[in-house]
Amino acid sequence: MTTAQALLEVQDLKKYFPVQKGVLRRTVGYVKAVDGVSFRLQPGETLGIVGESGCGKSTLARTIMRVLEPTAGKILLDGQDISQLSGKALRRIRRKFQMVFQDPYASLNPRMSVQDIIAEPLVVNGLVAARDIPAVVADLLEKVGLKADDRQRYPHEFSGGQRQRIGIARAIAVQPRLIVADEAVSALDVSIQAQILNLMQGLKQELGLSYVFISHNLAVVRYISDQVGVMYLGHLVELTTKQALYQQPLHPYSEALLSAALEPSRKHKRERILLRGDVPNPAHPPTGCPFHTRCPKVMDVCRQSRPTLREAAPGHWVACHLH
Amino acid sequence: MSEAVLSVRNLRTYFMYKDAEVHAVDGVDLDVRAGEIVCLVGESGCGKSMTSLSIMRLVPQPAGRIVSGKILLDGVDLLRLSEDEMTDVRGNQISMIFQEPMTALNPVLTVGDQITEVLLRHRRMRKREAWQRAVEMLEFVGVARAAQIVHEYPHQLSGGMRQRVMIAMAMVCEPKLLIADEPTTALDVTIQAQVLDLMRKMRDDFGTALILITHDLGVVAEMADRVVVMYAGQVVESTDADTLFEEPSHPYTRGLLRSIPSLSDDTETLYSIPGTVPDAAAFPEGCRFADRCPLAQPECLATAPVLREVRPGHWVRCHFADKGSVSV
Ligand SMILES: Nc1ncnc2c1ncn2[C@@H]1O[C@H](COP(=O)(O)OP(=O)(O)OP(=O)(O)O)[C@@H](O)[C@H]1O
Ligand SMILES: Nc1ncnc2c1ncn2[C@@H]1O[C@H](COP(=O)(O)OP(=O)(O)OP(=O)(O)O)[C@@H](O)[C@H]1O
Ligand SMILES: [Mg+2]
Ligand SMILES: [Mg+2]
Repeated sequence: MTTAQALLEVQDLKKYFPVQKGVLRRTVGYVKAVDGVSFRLQPGETLGIVGESGCGKSTLARTIMRVLEPTAGKILLDGQDISQLSGKALRRIRRKFQMVFQDPYASLNPRMSVQDIIAEPLVVNGLVAARDIPAVVADLLEKVGLKADDRQRYPHEFSGGQRQRIGIARAIAVQPRLIVADEAVSALDVSIQAQILNLMQGLKQELGLSYVFISHNLAVVRYISDQVGVMYLGHLVELTTKQALYQQPLHPYSEALLSAALEPSRKHKRERILLRGDVPNPAHPPTGCPFHTRCPKVMDVCRQSRPTLREAAPGHWVACHLH
Repeated sequence: MSEAVLSVRNLRTYFMYKDAEVHAVDGVDLDVRAGEIVCLVGESGCGKSMTSLSIMRLVPQPAGRIVSGKILLDGVDLLRLSEDEMTDVRGNQISMIFQEPMTALNPVLTVGDQITEVLLRHRRMRKREAWQRAVEMLEFVGVARAAQIVHEYPHQLSGGMRQRVMIAMAMVCEPKLLIADEPTTALDVTIQAQVLDLMRKMRDDFGTALILITHDLGVVAEMADRVVVMYAGQVVESTDADTLFEEPSHPYTRGLLRSIPSLSDDTETLYSIPGTVPDAAAFPEGCRFADRCPLAQPECLATAPVLREVRPGHWVRCHFADKGSVSV
């Protein structure tokens, strides 16, 4: 990893949810949803995050966004630690990073017009005068491939892909440096998905945006990302360039994940590595390597000590005793 | 080839509103043979779910209505059955799995109660026997600790487990036809692989025919014997899976295949089909894909193409499907 000033630097970030029992709601343990994640993201770069359901991707996104309080660790945005900010200081910095959610239906208020939805972050931040709003919103709508006339319409009058564009227009309205997209294209069919992905790529080039892009679609992540991180049970187990990850995954979990992805082709069918069993309960994670209970290459040492993320090859980080 | 278990002919399902008539399904023909896996694909809103809900006779009321067509299950037209007779068909001869398992499972009933309910309705079985069968079925679909899980509630299960419970419920009467609407969209790739393997096992062991609705063409490549591509309420292409991926004929199908990012190569820029689907309340006169089609000719705007068999078993709704090597 380079030493240049990162746009986003996450240091040993942790988010634990208490597990409570009984009428007194005594805390009997913790779900370690994010358990010591570190990475750096350069300006104009996209970091993809992949991993099985429940491995902590959304929790990581929401903690970076400061929607959730971090349990421990630092979040540096342009070198400034935002993990402790609150109130007005947090609101001011919010402008720099925005989130796009999975569900384009649930994340837009059905009673607000498109104009009110998109202008909301502008108004909250006092960035535009009331009389300029229609023109600013029209401009944003055109940027995401919608029509200026769509301003007066309501969310239910749009298709899924169009709603997702409204969400993106709202996110870019305040000219953020970073967008965290959590399963932002997962609910869309492939032709609309292609439109949204190209829109996001275009905005990256045009506005120099950076993305943290979470998805369980590995082909989509390959298309959109520069770097990819693989999560398992709250840990980053591999972090490298997309080329390295897709051509030569080092972690046995990454290998299994990639082998389970399906190609839209009848020709090259790959040998699948079927993982046995479900992800372990994150309230009672296994000792040693979190993946050892399902790892086809498990060794004795894996049951005892947890491997740390190490640079196994230049720019290729992996947490595995094999490397 | 064996006889069709299901033959849908010229099915039209509309939504009637005071100021509009939405042609959700607009003349669909569909054949599914015994033990065949047919994948149904197409853009969001093209009528995939409404086609399957029509087959189940579960079109949303009161606005939705099947206005014409035939749905033949082993030669019997389901549209002519009484509501009581149809209740005997559902869950027994045809079952459906919905996209979001939480909405289809009853949150206040245990897993065992829900599976036995199906058996008690359709089979003359004692409660004890039904309970035994429920446990067997859960074991068959790969639920570990089945004897305990029968006593648990849906919210206590993981997403993958819930989907297995849904499949167990749908399959417990060994239906001739299973319709699965986006059964793996909410699941990650490793659990998806398990669920797909399970559905194939159902076909192999019970001979169940399967209609699989998905927008994931990776799933189609993995599972389909035949693929039916829908666009704007109609079937635009229908062929065997190898042909669909090797020689897709309809310009829409080709556009769809080009819109998928690759897993094995770095894609520089991704193709996307320009424009949007026409409004289902005001379909154009001519070809419904014409205004987005890179090959459109004046003829396409003027007259609507019919679904034609351009090669044996390969049906395409395009004026130019067999006019030499057209390329998009
Ligand atoms: N508010 C919460 N309270 C308690 N536990 C939580 C909470 N939010 C998430 N968790 C738990 O934290 C873990 C990580 O959840 P998270 O939603 O981050 O996973 P994910 O990787 O986004 O999964 P998916 O792919 O299914 O969206 C899970 O075990 C989940 O049950
Ligand atoms: N209750 C309803 N009232 C009016 N129109 C409806 C209703 N339900 C569906 N439609 C319309 O019927 C058409 C077909 O819908 P359908 O749900 O079958 O699409 P689909 O192909 O399953 O799409 P998706 O891939 O998004 O699930 C769409 O144009 C939709 O807007
Ligand atoms: Mg999530
Ligand atoms: Mg549908």
